[in-house]
Amino acid sequence: MSTVSTPDAQQDRGGFLARVMAATPGDNRLNMCIQCGSCGGSCPSGPEMEHTPRRLFALIRAGESETVLRSNTPWFCVSCYYCTVRCPQNIHITDVMYTLKSMAIRAGLYRDPSPAGFSETFVDYVEKYGRSFELGLATRFNLRHHPLSLAGMAPLGLGMLKRGRMELTPHRIDGMDQLGAILDKAKELEAAA
Amino acid sequence: MKALFYPGCAMQRNARAYLDSLLAIRADIDLELEEVADWNCCGATEYMSVHRVPAHALIGRNLALAQRQAADTKLLTAGCSACYLNLAKTDTQMREDRKLEVTVNEALAAGDLHYDAGSLQVRHLLDVVCHDIGYAAVKEKVVKPLYGLKVAAYYGCQVVRPDYDDRWDSHEHPTAMDRLLAALGAEPVDWALKTQCCGGHMTVIGPDVAYGLIRRLVHGAAEAGADLVATLCPMCQLNLDAYQVEMNRHFHADYHLPVLYFTQLMGLAFGHKPADLGIGKEFVDAAPALAKIQVEAPPEAKAKRKRRHRPEDGLPMPRME
Ligand code: SF4
Ligand code: SF4
Repeated sequence: MSTVSTPDAQQDRGGFLARVMAATPGDNRLNMCIQCGSCGGSCPSGPEMEHTPRRLFALIRAGESETVLRSNTPWFCVSCYYCTVRCPQNIHITDVMYTLKSMAIRAGLYRDPSPAGFSETFVDYVEKYGRSFELGLATRFNLRHHPLSLAGMAPLGLGMLKRGRMELTPHRIDGMDQLGAILDKAKELEAAA
Repeated sequence: MKALFYPGCAMQRNARAYLDSLLAIRADIDLELEEVADWNCCGATEYMSVHRVPAHALIGRNLALAQRQAADTKLLTAGCSACYLNLAKTDTQMREDRKLEVTVNEALAAGDLHYDAGSLQVRHLLDVVCHDIGYAAVKEKVVKPLYGLKVAAYYGCQVVRPDYDDRWDSHEHPTAMDRLLAALGAEPVDWALKTQCCGGHMTVIGPDVAYGLIRRLVHGAAEAGADLVATLCPMCQLNLDAYQVEMNRHFHADYHLPVLYFTQLMGLAFGHKPADLGIGKEFVDAAPALAKIQVEAPPEAKAKRKRRHRPEDGLPMPRME
């Protein structure tokens, strides 16, 4: 039996709230927001965000899906979980931010491609090797999104190499076929949901 | 005691010092670690931002492999905050959300794997050391107390929050690592920022935001009188250590606050040689702080210190000019 709460139809214009909740695993309780603002007040990225988490949740309830998915707010979330432990309604705020990021990528609505590009580059390496690869990640990400900064990155990379803190080649896991099959199936199931 | 161990990508390289120091002290604290065979990346905070269900399946593979290996222990431990939280999150959310459990297992079946949610106990390494092994057992092994060393215990975010299983005394002002440091003879300093964010991936995607967060932390710890910061996470260490240099440049500041893993400090107190604990791999040299407790940094670290003045060793980051 599932213990997950669902929104009632009256408070969810256009069904956007229901979609966000359904895409967020666990009992995320997003429909229980009382707009108290504790989340925004706790957020280390608050000053950089276009909408505080509180305001974002009001927009979700109002069905403003495009405004929400264009907002930089989820991308400035650093997953510190302060809001989550402080929320009087136990809403899984950080998990909702992950949902909004993946929805924004799918809808092609994020404006600054850089944070999403970082996540996608990371995913590429994991899907190819089963492990992440710092050197490749930094190089490819910067080539694509901050080409002018590559020279600036070099000293950090060099410092890391000198201290034996960075690999030159990625490690590949043995069960790559197995992992690939699992991820393909998971994507298929996600698309069907 | 025995635990299954998920090292995670960072411990293989960037945070090798964390792994080396853990391996060096495991016999002292009677901790037997069995690595999860052929584990894959946990996805950090990135995979989940792109694909939700596959992110849980990615983590699910590690849980399933661990469950298969779990003959004489149910304990699965990780040293990295993000790895620990991802393992705990998938386990918890599969328990709490039947639909997710079915979906993840359907995906795992494509690789002939299965995970029964709740069958493992996912715990961060600090939790195991403080709460299972215990301060008394740690204290018993101390041969070289860290008397006089003032240390800021830094917990970061994802170990003490969201804290699915109520492991910690506080989500904002925990004391477990402080007590561990006291057991080692060190003096934990009182500071308010011990669970504030290190900047996470913002050092890469939005450095200005990250530098502000890093400065706050480094300043807070220095102001509290800390000789060094003790950390429990490779990402926190990287941000506070390697990026401290770039933060200094960004703000024209001059902080020199070394950042070591709590396992390295345990190793020193247990009498291990600094070189065996990965000391010397840090960007902000820990030698001056360790001189306070008559610990000499290993020779390779000294060589590196001399090279510090070379401009290409100056450090990180996107420069636009
Ligand atoms: S803290 Fe929780 S209840 Fe308050 S505004 Fe934020 S999400 Fe809503
Ligand atoms: S988890 Fe994200 S939204 Fe919540 S306080 Fe931290 S940065 Fe802000």
